[in-house]
Parts: sequence; C-alpha cells; structure tokens
Amino acid sequence: MNDYAVEVHEIGKRYRIGAAPAAYRTFRETLTEPFNKSKSKHHGKMTDDNSFWALKDISFNVKQGQALGIIGRNGAGKSTLLKILSRVTEPTVGSAVIKGRVGSLLEVGTGFHPELTGRENIYLNGAILGMRRTEIDRKLDEIIAFSEVEEFIDTPVKRYSSGMYLRLAFAVAAHLEPEVLVVDEVLAVGDAEFQRKCLGKMTDVTNEGRTILFVSHNMSAILRLTNETIVLEKGKMVMRAPSVEAVDYYLSHGFSQGGERFWTTEEISKDAAPFTPLAIRVLTDRNHVSETVRSTESFQVEFEYRLDAPITGLRVGIYLISTRGEFIFTSFDVDDPEKFTQYGTREKGKYRSRCTIPADLLNEGKYVIGVNASTFKIKRYFHEEQALTFNVDGTGAPGTQWPETRSGMIRPRLNWEIEGID
Amino acid sequence: MGLETSPEDVRVTIKPSNGWKIIDFKELKHYKELIFFMTWRDLKVRYKQTILGAAWAIIQPVMTMVVFSIFFGNLAKVPSDGIPYPLFSLAGLLPWQLFENSLRNASKSLVANRNMITKIYFPRIVLPLSSVLACIVDFFVALPILIGFMIYYRYSPNIYALLIPYYLLLTVITAFGVSLWFSAMDVMYRDIGYIVPFISQLWMYLTPIAYGSGIISNPKLQFIYNLNPMVGVVNGFRSSILGEYIKLPIQSMILSAIISILILVSGLFYFRRMEKQFADVI
Repeated sequence: MNDYAVEVHEIGKRYRIGAAPAAYRTFRETLTEPFNKSKSKHHGKMTDDNSFWALKDISFNVKQGQALGIIGRNGAGKSTLLKILSRVTEPTVGSAVIKGRVGSLLEVGTGFHPELTGRENIYLNGAILGMRRTEIDRKLDEIIAFSEVEEFIDTPVKRYSSGMYLRLAFAVAAHLEPEVLVVDEVLAVGDAEFQRKCLGKMTDVTNEGRTILFVSHNMSAILRLTNETIVLEKGKMVMRAPSVEAVDYYLSHGFSQGGERFWTTEEISKDAAPFTPLAIRVLTDRNHVSETVRSTESFQVEFEYRLDAPITGLRVGIYLISTRGEFIFTSFDVDDPEKFTQYGTREKGKYRSRCTIPADLLNEGKYVIGVNASTFKIKRYFHEEQALTFNVDGTGAPGTQWPETRSGMIRPRLNWEIEGID
Repeated sequence: MGLETSPEDVRVTIKPSNGWKIIDFKELKHYKELIFFMTWRDLKVRYKQTILGAAWAIIQPVMTMVVFSIFFGNLAKVPSDGIPYPLFSLAGLLPWQLFENSLRNASKSLVANRNMITKIYFPRIVLPLSSVLACIVDFFVALPILIGFMIYYRYSPNIYALLIPYYLLLTVITAFGVSLWFSAMDVMYRDIGYIVPFISQLWMYLTPIAYGSGIISNPKLQFIYNLNPMVGVVNGFRSSILGEYIKLPIQSMILSAIISILILVSGLFYFRRMEKQFADVI
C-alpha cells in the first residue's frame, strides 16, 4: 500500500455555458429525461459548443501528512477541484481516491441558522461538517474558548457582529479532525488578529500529520502553510513545485503583461458594483508602460476604474507586496484629508488614480501590486492582492558597486556620515 | 465518522456516476445524526419569535375544522358518513396536514438549503427527509385535540386502532415520495415553488376531508378517485381512530400501500438520478 492520502487521476469537469439549463430544456423533457438513455437525448447533451472544461486532465498525488497549496487566478478551476475532492460535485471524467475522512472548509458557517444560539449552531454546524455529537460534546468548551464569544454563546447568532459570527464559525471548523482537510480561502475573513490565530491553528493541523489541500490568494499563507504548491491556469495544471517556486511562477506569469493589466468582466465579482476596475499599469518616469522600473528613478502606478453610480467616501488605493506575500505599504488616493474632503462623493464616470513612488525606495527584485477600493468600515467594493507584478532594476542603486544581493525589500539612499572620533 | 475508525477504514473513491442507483442506506445510517440535527433545527426555527409557538400546530387544524364545520357541515350540509361533522373533519385534517406540511416543507428543502448543497457533501436526501420528520412531530402535538373531541362526542377506538400507525406510515411515505420528485425538480425549475401550494390545495379537494367519500357513487369514478393514495389513507385513519371499522379493510389497505410505495420508490430513483447535478445547477 502506498502512503498517498489523495490520488487524483485525470480529473476533468465540464460545465454548460449559460447558467440556466432551463433555457433550452423544456419542463416535459426534464420529466421524461431520466427515463431516456442519456445517449438518445439531443437537448440535454453537452457538446463543445455549449460547454467548457472548468478542469481538464488534473492528476496529482498528495502524501499522508503533506500540505499542498493550490493557486491560480479567479476561474482557474481551484474551487471546482476542491468541490470535486470534497464530493460536493462529481467530476465529468477521471477519478480520485482519498484515504480517510475528508473535511471540507469551503466556507465557514455553512448551515448556521440566525435564529439559533451560538451553542445550538455549534452542534448543528458540527453535524453538518461530519462530527459526531459525542465528539462535539467533548470539544464544546474548547470550541467556545477558541471563538472568544463565551458571553454570547446562548444568544441567537443573528445578534452577533459579523466578526463574532465568523469566529464562531471558524472555531467549529477548526476543531474538525479529518484525515484530509480541504480548505478554500477561509482565512480571507475576519480581522488581522483572528487571521493570525486561524493561520496558527492551520499550522497545528499540519504538524499533527494531517493532509491539507489549501486554496488561497494569500501568498504568504500559502508559503507559510505549504511546502509544495500546484498552479492551475484555465483549468489545467501548469506546475507543481516547491511553494516558493510556484508562487514566484504564479506571480510572474499569466496576469501581468508588460507592466499593464486589464480586467475582463468575468474576473470581477458582482459584489463589486457599482465599482468596476478597468486597468492598472506601471509607468516609468518617462511615461512608458513598463514591466521594469529602475530603483534610482521614481515611477508611477496608475489605476483606472469606472463608477456606475456615485459612491460617497470612496478610497482607492494600492498595496505594494513582496513576492513572499509581505506587505511593504498600503496607500489610498484620499489619504490626504484635504483630498478626502474634495472627493467626498465621486460621481458616476471613469476615473484614474495615479501615484508616484519615489526614487531610491525599493530594492531590486520582483514586486506585486494589489488594489483596494472601499469605503472605511462600510464596504469593500473591490480588492485584489495580486493585480500586477513588476520588476525593479537595481542598476546605480546605493551599494551596487558590489555585485551582491542585498537583503531587505527597500534600498533607500541614506545619508551616511563618517567621522573619526579619536 | 467515528474516531474509532482508523483512516485506512475509510477510502473514498470519486468518479463520475452513471445510471440508476438505489439510495445508499448504509451511508444514510452514517448520517443519522445529521438527520436528527436538521429535524431539530426545523422544529426549533419554525416557531422562533412567534408568540404562540408550537400551539400553531394545533391552531391550524382546529381553525380549519371550525371553518369547514360552519360552511360545509352547517350551511352546505355535506354528508360526513354519519359522524358529527367537526369530529369528522378534524379526524381527516390531522393526517392531511401531516401530508400537506411535509409536502410543502420537503419540496422546498433543497433550494432553501442551497448553501449547504454547494459547500458540503452529505446525502442530499437528508434535507427532504428531515423536513418530513419535523412535520411528524407537529402531528403528535395536534393529536391530543382530536382525542379531546373524541371524548366530547363519546367516540372510542376499537381493536382496529392498531391500524393507525400503518396509515400514518403511508401518509409519510406518500408525502416523502412526492416531495422527492418535487424537491429534485425544484432545483432545476423554481416553478415548483409556485406549483406545490396549488397542487396541495387541489389534492385536498380530491381527498375526503371536508366531505365523506360516500358521495361518489359512480363505480368508474370511484375507482379513479381511489387511485389517490390519500383517499385510502385519510379514510383509513379516520375509521381506525374513531372505531368505525368492524373488519379489516384489506382491499383499501393494499391499494393505498401499492400506490404509496410506487410513488416513494420512483421518487427515490428520480432523486438519486438528479442528485449529482444539484450542486452545479442549484
């Protein structure tokens, strides 16, 4: 017997194009469909014209106790893959064998009912996630303690703040003890403190020797939790490599083309409305769109977007992130209080927010720009942590007379004074 | 999924499924706690933030009985097989409401829990099943009222009261079977949500609740009428609880059972057949 916990063999999943099959199937056909042989029906059959492969030819193995990361852009098939492995949906072709119980955290709080109390929801949600009642009884105190909502545990969860709700939901999920844990982006919620706690819990889970399949857009979480990562692109697996390499590949391929990136409609979630991101680009100090800027020269980051309705209190900004996922800075276009007053309400229309990043700031290497459009504490319209990557060329930067790699993400030109003190 | 099972015991093979499958009862047994918790949730939530709470389970049939008694019993003088009209209609309404509530709740159970279906694996049949189970509890809450009326009208059951569980079982089987069809279709066509209340209303008029089935005298018509499994079930329940039977009604027992089981089995197959696409289509 091999020691693979998960074996995936040539899995593929085909979906119909157009969400509603009702558009071309009549009610009568549906009633009679199960009585016909699937081959004889002409309407229900999927052809290349009316369907697409969300996943194709995916094969990989995961060893017992390994944490495998899965990354890819929106629509690359990550979630479909996890749904197949957690048996929510069936593959169209191929097969997979999973040894042990599978626990899936495709979303925390599934099955939570607002009218039930925290305690009642722990039992309900636990049962939904596949825990036995005795198991929940045993872990109840631990779950409540982890969630930090002790005082409100007998209050209906509809009275909870969204933070409390998420904490409770994650607490239940975190105490599942399956042999194989399938996790999709659950860490993207909650405040920073709670995210740290979640990440810590996930690390514990890996250390306990459980197998984890982990999907995230958060590259630092991927790097922290996994040793190996697969990269999906348009439903195909393009790479499986140590996480550092895979993240590097992912960040530098596919979505940055020559220092400029345009968003297509499919990439934008409906929740973003009325905000629509259009493009982001990096401009050198000579106003050329470029993938590479010089460390010794200033450069600009330009973000174009459209508002389909006026938004009050909108702030549009960028993150600068290292390829290891560490944040270097966050800056919004209305950080200046005067600007914020001036642009209190942005009317409907197209906009461009542009900022200049000073010379002599960044060390040579690859960087990632993320974007964020939100109103403070009200709504996050759009957020993408990997919007664009660019390179910084260090030629002429302080200290480049020595051909060595300087540690650190920034490389400021500091004013040194040297004096003899004898 | 007990802790006592070692990982080697559980091996899940994921592959496309084909053809007809029967419900995996072994797996369903495995999920019995989920069935319990979903039933419990249904009950718990149904009367939350209501003043009268579970009393609604009693008020509904009683109010309907009052209305029926005034309009059908007193004004229209609808024949009630020689039983005092209020008692007659209440004894029909209880199994009927068990049927109707089960049908209505279970039919929408999949769509109502769509976030569970798209996020987590479990046998989908748990959802309609637990909806039906929750309605059985309501039935037993309302049952004492009927017993009260029986005492008032001095009716007492005889030995054939032993048939009551049989008829209740048929009620549940029929409701569950029809709900399997409707809930699976509801995933694809939300029209079902509009059709079900209409169908259940129509179905009630085709079932001897407000009137005695004696009014249908044409034998041909009677035969068609009896194809409605709820005719045999409602008559059977009423006669067995009110002590009207003097011999075992073998013929109607068998006919109702055959039709109910046919509905259930076809529903089970249809549901299983459609189940695999629920998460994609819902």
